[in-house]
Amino acid sequence: MNMMKQKGIRIIIAMILFIIAFIINFKNEWIQLILFVIAYGIVGLEIVRKAIRNMARGKVFDENFLMTVATIGAFGIGEYPEAVAVMLFYQIGELFQSYAVDQSRKSISSLMDIRPDFANVEKDGTIEKMDPDEVKIGEIIVVKPGEKIPLDGYVIEGKSSLDTKALTGESLPQEVVKGEEVLSGSININGVIKIKVTKEYAQSTVSKILDLVENASSKKSKSENFITKFARYYTPIVVIIALALAFLPPLIMKDATFSDWLYRALSFLVVSCPCALVISIPLSFFGGIGGASKMGILVKGSNYLEQLANTEIVVFDKTGTLTEGVFEVQKVKAIGMSEEELLKITAIAENYSNHPIALSVKKAYNKKIEENQIIKTEERSGYGIVSVIGEQKVFVGNEKLMKEEQIEFVKCNDVGTILYVAIEGKYVGYILIADKIKEDAISTIKSLKKNNIKQIVMLTGDREEVGENVGKKLGIDKVYAELLPDSKVKKVESLLKEKSKKGKLVFVGDGINDTPVLAISDIGIAMGGLGADSAIEVADIVLMTDEPSKIVDAIHLSKRTMRIVKENILFAIAIKILVLIFSAFGLSTMWEAVFADVGVSVIAIINALRVLKVKNRK
Amino acid sequence: MKSKFRVKGLDCANCANELERAIQKLEGVESVSISFMTQKMEIEYDESREEEMIQKVKKLIKKEEPDVTIEEV
Repeated sequence: MNMMKQKGIRIIIAMILFIIAFIINFKNEWIQLILFVIAYGIVGLEIVRKAIRNMARGKVFDENFLMTVATIGAFGIGEYPEAVAVMLFYQIGELFQSYAVDQSRKSISSLMDIRPDFANVEKDGTIEKMDPDEVKIGEIIVVKPGEKIPLDGYVIEGKSSLDTKALTGESLPQEVVKGEEVLSGSININGVIKIKVTKEYAQSTVSKILDLVENASSKKSKSENFITKFARYYTPIVVIIALALAFLPPLIMKDATFSDWLYRALSFLVVSCPCALVISIPLSFFGGIGGASKMGILVKGSNYLEQLANTEIVVFDKTGTLTEGVFEVQKVKAIGMSEEELLKITAIAENYSNHPIALSVKKAYNKKIEENQIIKTEERSGYGIVSVIGEQKVFVGNEKLMKEEQIEFVKCNDVGTILYVAIEGKYVGYILIADKIKEDAISTIKSLKKNNIKQIVMLTGDREEVGENVGKKLGIDKVYAELLPDSKVKKVESLLKEKSKKGKLVFVGDGINDTPVLAISDIGIAMGGLGADSAIEVADIVLMTDEPSKIVDAIHLSKRTMRIVKENILFAIAIKILVLIFSAFGLSTMWEAVFADVGVSVIAIINALRVLKVKNRK
Repeated sequence: MKSKFRVKGLDCANCANELERAIQKLEGVESVSISFMTQKMEIEYDESREEEMIQKVKKLIKKEEPDVTIEEV
């Protein structure tokens, strides 16, 4: 039988005895006293034993000791029911506390249940079950449906859907086919796939994530440190006042009775335990960090979760963070032919080019190209392409190409890369290609503004006009363009000076080329963190997916956690102090004191557990 | 040098804090953090005295919290 159950049973038995002794009016008072003592023994012996042991070591501010003194004192002045009740409720509180802590630990570890136990390694046609730790780069592993992918790699055979929920918080399965990258920790849903391993276990996504989450609680928040400090002074002060309360008034005041003041002092001892407060705070942060990882947001420490609530300035990197970093056809403008036709002829003309621009044109066309039509293709570096298709000579390129060929064209002022197209010297239109803004980028900026973020800044190495354009579309306050990596650092340094003392600057980047900026910001958030290793190391928060909207989620969660933390601190301290004052004046009894101790701790813990319940917005 | 330990038998959050403070005071310990929630201790100490330090920490824990044991991970 486990400890908790044992304790529970003891509490129930003691409770029954206590109720019997309390309700029934025994003729012989001794029977009643004996029942109380037995109930006390059943539920409290463990505490008394610890108290004696601690007393021998001089630890008088230990809560076991304080509870023992309070209850035995109550017995001494004839307050039997109070004595038993204090011990009983104290134990109930303890039991509840360990239950709550246990539950939250479990719910977080189940959420982090991504550790693979084995890898099926293919060797000379046979399959060998190995520890993921022992598999080397380049080896082939086979993953069956229902199994976890043990190491990062890419698919070389088969196709399947993967459940990446535990990694990214994304509930839609990810379809993978040959050649695609797969991450360890995802669960294979339906097909058998063969994977070529590209990273050792220790470097694989799964071990990085586990490491991160497990170490998160070692970085303590200010609130946690405050409460630890508070507890350090609170208990001794209350105990000293209790001592004074027991002995001074009876000595000074004429009509003061010792037992009356001792009773008040004992109530003080009951309220003097700080544990409820001390547990509810880390519990809240623990829940917050757990809830965040459920959403695919890995927070590296309670301190970052705490600071995020004070975000004043959010600085975004552009490419890969707010935009996809992938060039796409945004607009097709045809003159004298249909848009589809223009796209088709351009795609054919660019067929043999591997330039990113050509690739995006072909992607937009997305139909099979009849290659036998292409007679000749000439790539003019810095200008464009001239192809002969059938009997027509097609020119696709920039302004310079048009000018060189003396083709009359209409200059387009759109932002992005513009491909002018001409057939046989006659201008037929243009295609605009630009980096695509991420789907949730606009709503992210809007929500950030709603959350009272004072300044939203975008940094980019891109050209001024491109940066301005994206900034305007998104509603960003300030755009700094044409920045080199080291000038990004300088910009952030000067932005850091613009915030208030308490405010925090958050930098969000994709981790490529921006590790120094991630490092100097108050909170560095790396996005799509599954890619860049160095970013995971220096970032304080890692977003598993590359959706900027996760930042809004993270800030919400942080604010929620902080609200609960503050509620708990205020509520617990206020009730305790109130009951202390009432007890000192004899206005409240030991019953209220028990409530101030156990009741408050139960309420604070229930409140803390609320953090764990995270609503998934999707 | 940084080591991580699993801490067993910690039954209250304040005890974890007290223990952390006691270990912090040990000569040779650079930093220590005990998390009650994860039941883990992370400790940083002088590398050249590894064996001695671990023994010292274990002894201190035995004195402060007799029910607590630690185990390196």
